[in-house]
Amino acid sequence: MKKSILTLPLALLVAGYLFGQARTLTGKVTDQAGQPLPGATVLVKDAGIGTTSDVQGTYTIVAPNEYGYLVFSFIGFETEEVEIRNQTVIDIQLKEATSALDEVIVVGFGKQIKSKLTGNIAKVGGDEIQNLPVNSVEQALQGRAAGVFVESVNGKVGGAIRVRIRGISSISAGNQPLYVIDGIPVTTESQNNRTGAPLNPLADLNFNDIETVEILKDASAGAIYGSRASAGVVLITTKQGKAGKTKIELNLQSGFSNPTGRREFLNADEFIQMYTRSAVGAAKYEYKLDPSAWGSEQEAIDWYVGFMEARFDRYSGWADWRTREVDTDWQDYAFRTGLQKMGSLSASGGNDKTKYFASAAWSDQEGILVGNGFERMSGRLNLDQKASDKINFGVSMNVSRTRTEQLSNDDAFSTPLQLIAQLPITPPRDENGEFYDRPVTSYYNGLIELEEAKRDVISLRTLANGYVRYEILDGLKLNGELGTDLYTLRDNAFFGRKTFDGQASDGAAHSLYSQVSNWNSRLFLNYDTYFKADHHVDFVTGMEFQKSRTDFTFVQGEKFPVDDLTTLASAASITNGTSSIEEFSFLSYFGRLNYDFRNKYLLTLSGRMDGSSRFGQNDQFGFFPAASVGWVLTEEGFLKENGLLSFLKLRASYGKTGNAAIGNYAHLGLFNGRSYNEQSGLAPQQIPNPDLQWEKTTQTDLGIDFGFWDNRLNGEIDVYLKKTKDLLLDVPVPGTSGFSVQTRNAGEVENKGIEFVLNSNNLTGKFQWTTSLNFARNKNKVVALAEEQDLTNVTTVAMNVVKVGHPVGAFYGAEYAGVDPANGDALFYLNKEGQERETTSDYTQSEYIVLGSPHPDFIGGITNSFSWKGISLDVTFQGVYGNEIQNGSGNYMSCQACWFDNQTKDQLDYWDKPGDVTDVPEPRFWYTNGDQRRSSRYLSDGSYLRLKTLTLAWELPRPWLERVRFSRLRIYATAQNLLTFTKYDGWDPEVTADIYASNVNSGMDFYAAPQPKTMVFGVTVGF
Amino acid sequence: MKNKISYFLLLCLLFGQACNDQLDLKPAQSLDENLALDSDENVKAVLNGAYDILSDFNLFGGTCLRNAELLGGDGEVLWAGTFFWVNDIFFKEMDATNADAEAMWLRSYAAINTCNNVLSALEVVKTEDRARVEGEALFIRGMVYFELVRFYAKPYQQSGNNSQDGVPIVLTPTRGISEKDIVARNSVEEVYTQVLDDLSKAEQLLPEDNDWRANKWAATALLSRVHLQMNAYAPARDAADRVIQSGKFSLLSNYADVFNRDENTAEDVFAIQITQQDGFNAMNTFFSIPDFGGRDGDVDILPGHLALYDSSDARLALFYLGNGAMRSGKWNNQYGNISLLRLAEMHLTRAECNIRLGEKVGAAPLDDYNAVHQRAGLPAATAVDLPEILLERRRELAHEGFRIHDIKRLKEPVGVHAFDACELLFPIPDREVVANGNLAQQACY
Repeated sequence: MKKSILTLPLALLVAGYLFGQARTLTGKVTDQAGQPLPGATVLVKDAGIGTTSDVQGTYTIVAPNEYGYLVFSFIGFETEEVEIRNQTVIDIQLKEATSALDEVIVVGFGKQIKSKLTGNIAKVGGDEIQNLPVNSVEQALQGRAAGVFVESVNGKVGGAIRVRIRGISSISAGNQPLYVIDGIPVTTESQNNRTGAPLNPLADLNFNDIETVEILKDASAGAIYGSRASAGVVLITTKQGKAGKTKIELNLQSGFSNPTGRREFLNADEFIQMYTRSAVGAAKYEYKLDPSAWGSEQEAIDWYVGFMEARFDRYSGWADWRTREVDTDWQDYAFRTGLQKMGSLSASGGNDKTKYFASAAWSDQEGILVGNGFERMSGRLNLDQKASDKINFGVSMNVSRTRTEQLSNDDAFSTPLQLIAQLPITPPRDENGEFYDRPVTSYYNGLIELEEAKRDVISLRTLANGYVRYEILDGLKLNGELGTDLYTLRDNAFFGRKTFDGQASDGAAHSLYSQVSNWNSRLFLNYDTYFKADHHVDFVTGMEFQKSRTDFTFVQGEKFPVDDLTTLASAASITNGTSSIEEFSFLSYFGRLNYDFRNKYLLTLSGRMDGSSRFGQNDQFGFFPAASVGWVLTEEGFLKENGLLSFLKLRASYGKTGNAAIGNYAHLGLFNGRSYNEQSGLAPQQIPNPDLQWEKTTQTDLGIDFGFWDNRLNGEIDVYLKKTKDLLLDVPVPGTSGFSVQTRNAGEVENKGIEFVLNSNNLTGKFQWTTSLNFARNKNKVVALAEEQDLTNVTTVAMNVVKVGHPVGAFYGAEYAGVDPANGDALFYLNKEGQERETTSDYTQSEYIVLGSPHPDFIGGITNSFSWKGISLDVTFQGVYGNEIQNGSGNYMSCQACWFDNQTKDQLDYWDKPGDVTDVPEPRFWYTNGDQRRSSRYLSDGSYLRLKTLTLAWELPRPWLERVRFSRLRIYATAQNLLTFTKYDGWDPEVTADIYASNVNSGMDFYAAPQPKTMVFGVTVGF
Repeated sequence: MKNKISYFLLLCLLFGQACNDQLDLKPAQSLDENLALDSDENVKAVLNGAYDILSDFNLFGGTCLRNAELLGGDGEVLWAGTFFWVNDIFFKEMDATNADAEAMWLRSYAAINTCNNVLSALEVVKTEDRARVEGEALFIRGMVYFELVRFYAKPYQQSGNNSQDGVPIVLTPTRGISEKDIVARNSVEEVYTQVLDDLSKAEQLLPEDNDWRANKWAATALLSRVHLQMNAYAPARDAADRVIQSGKFSLLSNYADVFNRDENTAEDVFAIQITQQDGFNAMNTFFSIPDFGGRDGDVDILPGHLALYDSSDARLALFYLGNGAMRSGKWNNQYGNISLLRLAEMHLTRAECNIRLGEKVGAAPLDDYNAVHQRAGLPAATAVDLPEILLERRRELAHEGFRIHDIKRLKEPVGVHAFDACELLFPIPDREVVANGNLAQQACY
């Protein structure tokens, strides 16, 4: 859509008066299907004369005689050069761009060609992630974009997913990127943290509707999203119809999944042996501590062994543990083979005036954990109508409903994987076939939940964006857009009288309702033109307003007449009821100017001014500018027509973005409502901070884009330095003030790294082979915290802390030194100055040190695609390297039989007699012996390499299909997470227990379900 | 074109102006601090807020009581639960990150700050209610400081200047954080002086009847307990005597009726109120079993404790076998009130002090002893001595949060630890020492 408004008269002037000799050329620009391409650029090469094609694709241009070539270009198509010779009519068919460098990139309020981009944006095409058997779009992106770390916190279907773009830049505020779908900044905060495993609102999106995903990584790309761009921005664009024949596509898929890994636990025999030994260990230890308490050591042993055997009797129910009558592997009860099915139907097409894309889809995924499932129904209509030459309008609308069979969070006895704490001598059911509960089971038997509880979460979502574009002048367009994201979540649960939650209260139930209505309007001008053909300018300027309101209601009741009546209508007693409203708003003005000189020298200036209700009165508006430059060396004479190097661009960008993802009212001094004895009350809640502002990130990015051999091999290398200061920090204040924290702007975090992308067409021709590789290293460091503060976020469960000089969430604790061969005591390194390597059996004497990091040093992915005669094979590997994982439940499951949690098999290697050399201390029931949670004993290497996706497909030859009137038939099989290579001995190395997942806490395994290993078979039929 | 652009700018301006107001959003669940203390009604609501914090899970909602029993319960109770930080309390192996030590500290000072807010805004309270509101806030503050100094500081020594570190005393409401909030620990002497001051004033200010709220006698009863903790037997006895002589309270005839009550009984001087909709009984959580809403039976009662009772003692009969061990029957109502001050304690305190002083103020020690003893279904004793009165106290008030505090004032050892051992103190929370450079840690943490 480039039209010179100044150059045309100038060109005529030049042509008519200065040279006198010229010819008028006409023609039509079309795509390969013969459809006209309006707005294509036509230039007389080297003459500084240009024009654009009209609605019918036709053009007229006057070319002086001394110039011999016309150049045709259009966004998304390959540029063509044609020699004029004696022709007066030159029609041209442009080929759709196949090279990555000619790709169109969505940049937020506009589009750009990749080769002219000066910022860093990663693009993932919808076709790359089409039909992947995963739950939501972020999972599909894993391993496909450089510097984008994606982690499903556990294997619960529909559960939370963490995305970190270029590392963690915030400690207390959000680190998830801003997601913008068709222009709308959407709601991504889980609404049900209160009641169970948090659910992911993005799982509501059917990602087969996605055309492209663009990830804005550097400041130049992100600045247009101002105060919300520090953690990156993910732009999702859904499919649009194209003029032409209606295309109908049917997709059917079904398959199954299993856990990627299992963990080994003691069997009945090993359990009895080890726990008896643990009783003896405790008796001897206790006797040694205080001989006066016992008559003799034997007396202590007899008491302890007697106690232990009485417990064996209790825990084995009807079974005889002495004969090992029962040997239960509780993992068999926690896991299952989950079946999954998916079906979708889409239609797209249109004519000159109307274009549409419509789809309907249904999918049903059973989780690998018992009682976990996810069902999604969705429909979409994207419509674009040309009302006149000047006016276009349209809508994109998505409606979806999901139903999740929800599980409790990873810290609940009722979550299936906590079943593994049960003992192998315990039969799951009693003589009557009912599930055993305590006191026969050592903990609440989560299986009871399967039969006696109902947990159902239903979400409804409408994403709608309406727009109108008015072409004021050629190249100058006014856009008005109004979008809404309505998200409601209803969580109904009932716990029968045998369940943990319902047993003391004759049944319990809750009903949670959360409605998030998010409105957003945008008004902006786009202008795109050439000055003297050499100077290309496009700019956008406008404003955006967003308001989001969350209405929350929660009711809880108990005392139900029978277990069959499960809604609160039957509750004799309503025990809890609350409702709340939360709001936030953003008012923003933004602009961006792109300039290039002969596609050679590139410049982008952009900025946004953001105001937000979340900030203090003293500083409600902030400005976020960025600048970037590029130099395409291959457009220079000295590199042109170079057979080897086909493209080379140097880029540099610098700018400022912000992070506003904090609580909605953090700057106010507040009292909150309370109640005591059913009388209302008030109490201080937070201290005011009228100076509170956004976090500020400045980012420098230097990049090279290159292409060799006609871009058969192309790629990018970027280095960046991202410094975030004025963190929105919950700064600990003396608790004696009555408060524990105050939200302040303090501290600094730094991320620096390198990203590397390589795409290669290794083989072209009949047998095709392409490779795309991405690889990134990010180094995260806390530079400063609040004044005089060195360490924070020391909690009792996770070892992750924030410590100056170390990555956010570094593991911090005592360094385990193994076992004293003489007496079986666990040892720790002192780590005191001058005596670092001395050991002690007194844990409290060991100084805490930083023991590792939950963040990988390197992340990457590689996709190889092979195709031959319609048969294709795509293989994606994805991996992380250099991070550690804490087994947060180690002090329960790997504590050498310290309590009645079944133990991991590695504990059998315990110290038994003087001289034994091992890492597992002597078992001493009840007594702590090296099983303090905060120690390197429970840390292990979390690196992994995963065969993420393997797809084998066969596209049937067209002649075969004509008889059945199909335009397309594709049969495929896809395996997700088929193979995992790791040294981590837990279930799966991609893990952070949902209950503990936060900015600081990550890499913390706590009964978290492993990822699913999924196999599906599918067929795609086109009509 | 120029015109069209102007229209656009105008549009933006109008639009922007309309939206600008939308940036000043006020929370719907919270109230600006300037409004919270501006009326009689609001200040009284803040006072209710102070009660609510007092009843917090980590304070008198039960955790303080449980931890007093676990710290001093060697050989009599067993912590069999899985919470490792509680395990550390039971085994006296705490470290400075102990979750309970941190939570109790933070909640205590939140309660104190809330009381300080009330006390700073008395002028807007109706004249007729002003004394009562002030008295209640002082009572709560005194109670919390007393609990803090008992858990976080070395015992009060009757013969000493008690200059050992106590806890910081903060008497003004917090509006922001500045240098003056970086407080140091006051001495034990200073803290006790403050507690006595708050409670004595409360005793003067509070009405004799005050529904479930703290009344005059609650302040008096607590004063008695504080003086006893200081081994100041005469004032302890005198306060206990005032409560008994008030005639407002009476011992129930059946011991079991004292516990698991939804409402206060005639014996309760002050209790934390728990209802189905409000409050959380943490003693139930830990001392009871799933059948009654508890966890899995986290605290076992050991034979060592059961041996203290005569076989026909009604208090022994209250123990029951549940989830594989003996349990206390005092905490089987998930929604039952938590009695913090009851008349039986006053009788036992008066008896103990009188016998120590060789006096008979109010009643002879034997009579006070028998009042409690006979109520437990036992025959009246004909003579009594100090050890027997102390034993009776242990039986009568078992598992109600007295154990470690009685041990400390009686200078008895706990296992291998002397009564004033550092291991019997809660650590100053690590986060606190980090946030406040003036705060000294205990010697052993």
